[in-house]
Amino acid sequence: MAASAPPGIGLLKGLGVTVKHLFKRPATLMYPHERNVLPPRTRGVIALMDENCTVCMLCSRECPDWCIYIESHKETVPPAKEGGRARTRNVLDRFAIDFSLCMYCGICVEVCPFDALWWSPEFEYSEYDMGEMVHEKEKLREWADTVPPPPPLEEGAILPAEVKDAIEKQEKERELAAAAQAEAQQAAEAPADAAPAAAAGAKAKEPEIQVKAGEIDQETFDKLIAEGKSERLARSKAKAAYVKKEKARLKAEAEAAEAAAPAPAVEEPKVEAGQIDQETFDRLIAEGKPERMARSKAKAAYVKKEKARLRAEAEAGAEAGATADADSAPGAPESPDAAAEGEATAAAPPPAEIHVEAGEIDQETFDRLIAEGKSERLARAKAKAAWVKKEKARLRAEAEGGDAAPGPADEEGGA
Amino acid sequence: MIMLLVTSGVAPLLAQAESIMDVGDTFIIPLLIKLVFVLGLFFVVPLVAGYLEHKSMARMQHRRGPVEAGPAGSLQLVADGIKFIQKEDTIPAAADKWVFAMAPGVAMVPAILIFLVIPLGPGVFALDLELGLFYALAASSVTVLGVLMGGWASANKFSLFGGLRAGGQLIAYELPLILAAIAVAVQAGTLSLVGIVEAQANYMILGSEVNLWYVVPQILGFGIFFVAALAELSRPPFDMPIGDSELVFGYMTEYSGIKYAMYMLTEYAGMVSMSALLVVLYLGGWQILPGVPLPGCETSSGLFDCGVTGTVLGVGVTMGKIMLLVFVMVWLRVAYPRLREDQLQKISWTMLVPLSLLNLAVVTIAKVVF
Amino acid sequence: MSDLDVREEYLAATAPGEEIALEIGDGDFQTADMSLSIGPAHPATHGVFRIVLELDGERVREARPVIGYMHRGFEKLAEHRDYRQIKALVNRHDWLSGFSNELGVALAVEQMMEFEVPERAQWIRMLIAEWNRILNHLMFIGSYALELGAITPMFYAFREREDIQHLLESATGGRLHFTYNQVGGLKIDLPKGFLAESARVSALVRSRFPDYLDLILGNEIFHGRSKGVGPLPTDVALSIGVSGPTLHATGLPEDSRVTEPYLKYDEIDVEVPVGENGDAYDRFYCLVHRIRASLDIIDQIHDRIPAGPVNSKLPKMVKAPEGATYVRTENPLGQLGYWLESDGGRTPWRLKMRTPSFSNVQAIPYLMRGQLLPDAISILGSVFFVVGDIDR
Repeated sequence: MAASAPPGIGLLKGLGVTVKHLFKRPATLMYPHERNVLPPRTRGVIALMDENCTVCMLCSRECPDWCIYIESHKETVPPAKEGGRARTRNVLDRFAIDFSLCMYCGICVEVCPFDALWWSPEFEYSEYDMGEMVHEKEKLREWADTVPPPPPLEEGAILPAEVKDAIEKQEKERELAAAAQAEAQQAAEAPADAAPAAAAGAKAKEPEIQVKAGEIDQETFDKLIAEGKSERLARSKAKAAYVKKEKARLKAEAEAAEAAAPAPAVEEPKVEAGQIDQETFDRLIAEGKPERMARSKAKAAYVKKEKARLRAEAEAGAEAGATADADSAPGAPESPDAAAEGEATAAAPPPAEIHVEAGEIDQETFDRLIAEGKSERLARAKAKAAWVKKEKARLRAEAEGGDAAPGPADEEGGA
Repeated sequence: MIMLLVTSGVAPLLAQAESIMDVGDTFIIPLLIKLVFVLGLFFVVPLVAGYLEHKSMARMQHRRGPVEAGPAGSLQLVADGIKFIQKEDTIPAAADKWVFAMAPGVAMVPAILIFLVIPLGPGVFALDLELGLFYALAASSVTVLGVLMGGWASANKFSLFGGLRAGGQLIAYELPLILAAIAVAVQAGTLSLVGIVEAQANYMILGSEVNLWYVVPQILGFGIFFVAALAELSRPPFDMPIGDSELVFGYMTEYSGIKYAMYMLTEYAGMVSMSALLVVLYLGGWQILPGVPLPGCETSSGLFDCGVTGTVLGVGVTMGKIMLLVFVMVWLRVAYPRLREDQLQKISWTMLVPLSLLNLAVVTIAKVVF
Repeated sequence: MSDLDVREEYLAATAPGEEIALEIGDGDFQTADMSLSIGPAHPATHGVFRIVLELDGERVREARPVIGYMHRGFEKLAEHRDYRQIKALVNRHDWLSGFSNELGVALAVEQMMEFEVPERAQWIRMLIAEWNRILNHLMFIGSYALELGAITPMFYAFREREDIQHLLESATGGRLHFTYNQVGGLKIDLPKGFLAESARVSALVRSRFPDYLDLILGNEIFHGRSKGVGPLPTDVALSIGVSGPTLHATGLPEDSRVTEPYLKYDEIDVEVPVGENGDAYDRFYCLVHRIRASLDIIDQIHDRIPAGPVNSKLPKMVKAPEGATYVRTENPLGQLGYWLESDGGRTPWRLKMRTPSFSNVQAIPYLMRGQLLPDAISILGSVFFVVGDIDR
């Protein structure tokens, strides 16, 4: 127990402790002016990616407070092929969470089998009236853009099987990429043919566009704030906007510089969005996918096919050697599995070729997807995947250009 | 309130003429100036003390304190005051309505009256009473009447406890407080507060040329006065009459709005006036350091006329000392838990009263001998 | 005559159970006992807890706790929740020790299903449980000091709590209600860098620990307010069912982490600080030093977490087999017991909670008798309880 000190010492010590703190920095965080960085796992608000929702009602049933309201209707999808069977599917009409009832246990997020529900660290959604705490799916969808990527796990953790597979796959790709890189370097060292190298240099400009993180597009930011969006959301969007603008600017510059030099016709063919690939669409509908998804995928498929066609034409006209077209390489990119896979790999850090850094995206794909009304997150992920793909194709093409000996078909087979 | 001021102010006014406020021959104008001076003191200085408390307490607790209202939060208490005025003034159904309504006023008016005699600088005071010290102590103990009235009239058991504890505390601590003050009066040979400041300026230790304030020979008295003042103001660690964790808010439990604000203002004004008394009695008033008079006050008789620089500097020095003492009061509040009522009584009757009697005896003997 | 002697004398003069005298004294000067209701909404009860005091002056003749203002029917609610949902529910009866509560339920279900929990999960559970204990104790350091009129310890305690909560949030996503357990292990493994951060926070809290010793535990005024106030003998404590720091203060180191180890507590050193007299000072002493003891445990755990999975494959619907079990864990406030009875369905048939706060407040009438009113508040603050844990 406490030793019996002379009386008064304890009193003096108390004075000492308090006066010591008088000269320390206050621990206060001046909240509205400065913000804490919340961990990615923070259970701030439940966000909904409604395109993933299949109206299975699991969340609503598992919720201990019954604070999730879901309404939907059934739609009959006409058969894909003549004489096929018509299918029905659920269309989400309303998805609302009453945050005045929610106890933030996270069971809904846990049980969701299609990754439609996410935790976001966003927390500034208080209202003056309790009734206004019911947030509809549009609002929940906005929060989905603020969901941070999950943190890596601590040393010694055993990863879930699907994550492990994804990482292994990534590693394999990385090896392949490294090999391709080495070949490309060899090619660059041997100045046999200047033209492909120049072309590669010109093209390499695009991915090299570096945009500093942290800078935001003030205009967009102000606009969103004025619209009453949360600062966090506004900031993330403004950042994206900044990146987009900056890249567009740099690209324009690069193009202007390029215009003088005689570039081989590798110019990206422009394809108008809006048309859909009917075949893909029908197939997906027949598979029971929601119409929205089918349409967007079909659009993507159309764009891809069209581009491939245009490029093939252009290349055929321009140079016989450069037939390498990576985009046509994957047999059926329209299959939903492949798309999902692409997304999964992109969500994890992208395969590390030496030039490939996280954050670089294929602007064209990104813009197209955004224009199609996809979420920013999704668009970015896909754009990243697309960029990686293109980059690989480029490297491969380079390697071929320099090394001329191996046939392009063999290389493609390797991929 | 005004009536009280006038009646207490008129008689001595006629006799006194040295005050710097005393301009012209008319009666009304100096009176008005004095009123403004006293009320200004009462309403402004406690707010400064309150801001000091907010800020220093916050920093000692790793916080920032008020930051939003005014520059660095300095207008927080003004904002609070405006809020209190807007709030509903509730009176409990079972309360004794007249007593309940009067109590905050009864507590506040004596707190104003003390400022009449407190000298802030050379010539900067409303009154220099011959019985200044006696008057100040007498006025300060009237405040507790308002507290008792409020505690009784609220018809609330917690309020009653608070009021009675405040009464008990007053009885226990008035004695050491006055005994300590008497020792100063004996040494100075006057009850006038201005006279005591003057006496300190001329006090030389044992025939040498070293000037000292009374805090040195009467360090015991200073300690007793300080502790007793804390207890009388019910400041922590002697805040049993309020004791927010046991008595909810003691005698203030049922008060709201402007009446509550009056009680709070009284408490802060009490902190300032008690600190001012300590400064005058023990810390040499407006002298910068022992033996270092203000510029323009070099002669010992320059108590009332030191020129503009000396006067302004003198007020500044007094205010600085007052705020230093207020800070110490805040410091104690931050560092200590609350005592128990019986422990407080024990400290008073078994320690402070005998010690203050001893102090008085020693001072009196020393006065006669030397 | 010391305070304690006065109390003894008073207690001897008034036999327990004696009818309250309405009038004391004689002649014209008659006084009556006053009944004072502390609560249900009173600053010292931190919650809706009520004590009716019969006062003779400021001396307490009798104290009667009135509970139930916050009864939320947890036991009944649990009968209509599956085991995953119960985990979110039990986080909330003692809201200052959410993790320890859910741990109890998880252990009970695992015991019934005869589940072998992975080693790694057990160690991490222990780590988080100890952090949770520190969080809880810091809160009570602040609130007890506040009840004695010292405001500053609360702010210091919350400064530490903030660091710890941020740490736990990075792993569990919650700051108060963690819901990190699941039957068979943990929801997800720790995030990268957690153990390093945990070690940093542990060192930080340890470095600030002397502040509490200097500011409160060594303060003479605090001694005056707590030493000899509400002494509790060990036999009385045991007969009432008091546990946790309140029991340790009486000198009995009964702690199920030591006497009946669960998780991996048998593999590490667990120090249980004990007091001597069981008075308010000793209770607080135990509380403060349990923080240090928990920091020691945390530092031991950091190096010993093995690699491996943190959860095991679960059936689609967790169903405890028919039967019953009782699991007791050392919660921050004392023994927490869950009696889980299942008929084999997806929800428990009965989930009885033996909560430490409920048992601890039973000691209040004994402790308060004969004390002064401010001492009654001091006792109230030193018998550490959470109102939700009393009323459930």
